[in-house]
Amino acid sequence: MDVALAILLALFGGAVGGLLGVGGGILFVPALAIFLGNSQLEAEATSLLVIVPMAVVGTWRQVRHGNVDVRDGLLIGVLSLPGVVVGVVVANALPQRALELGFAALSLIVAARLLKRGLAEPDPEPEAAAR
Amino acid sequence: MPANRTIRFAAIGVLAGAFSGLFGVGGGIVMVPLLIMLGFGERRATATSLSAIVVIAAAAAALHGLYGNVRLGDAALLVVPAAAGVGIGVAVQQRIPERAVSLLFALLLFVVAAELIVP
Repeated sequence: MDVALAILLALFGGAVGGLLGVGGGILFVPALAIFLGNSQLEAEATSLLVIVPMAVVGTWRQVRHGNVDVRDGLLIGVLSLPGVVVGVVVANALPQRALELGFAALSLIVAARLLKRGLAEPDPEPEAAAR
Repeated sequence: MPANRTIRFAAIGVLAGAFSGLFGVGGGIVMVPLLIMLGFGERRATATSLSAIVVIAAAAAALHGLYGNVRLGDAALLVVPAAAGVGIGVAVQQRIPERAVSLLFALLLFVVAAELIVP
């Protein structure tokens, strides 16, 4: 039963990831921690491994829809590496509760900005500024 | 302004990478809103985020692996439903207005924040 629920959460996490362009770790981590007996740190690490092939599939689908210049993504990915190292090292050193609260605060600020955008009048040409 | 663009990509990438390593997520929760603020439309922002996540998550998973935190069997169990789900999500996204993606993203962040604040 727990395994079935974990699989269901993974399916849902993948769908959220494809819909919103995120990794889905928000759902993979609890699936691993709650239903598969991972510690918080194990769940985070294992979630990352699940995300890799899932993001490959999502990118492939988006390329077919013509929505992405993969070079942009790869450039961001390569430039991210110093951040990745810092993040992993800190995750292995700090108490998780402090990180959770900081992340929650940032989430609320970003959510408020997106909410404002989502409720605003549509731009006539939303892609124009990006070119 | 290619240099300026690279600097912005670097700032977004480093922030996303740190979040990814810290929280076991892809970092899209940071990248998508920032790419939208850079002027990307929702579909382009989310698609670019997913492609960056491939590199970010691979690096973060490898490093966590060195610490001995990765459980391979559990990853194998979840990877098939996760990959099936992402196909569904991308397909649905092509059929809804871009602004709806922003609203759903905001909803996701509120849910995440609420869940994290309540112990």
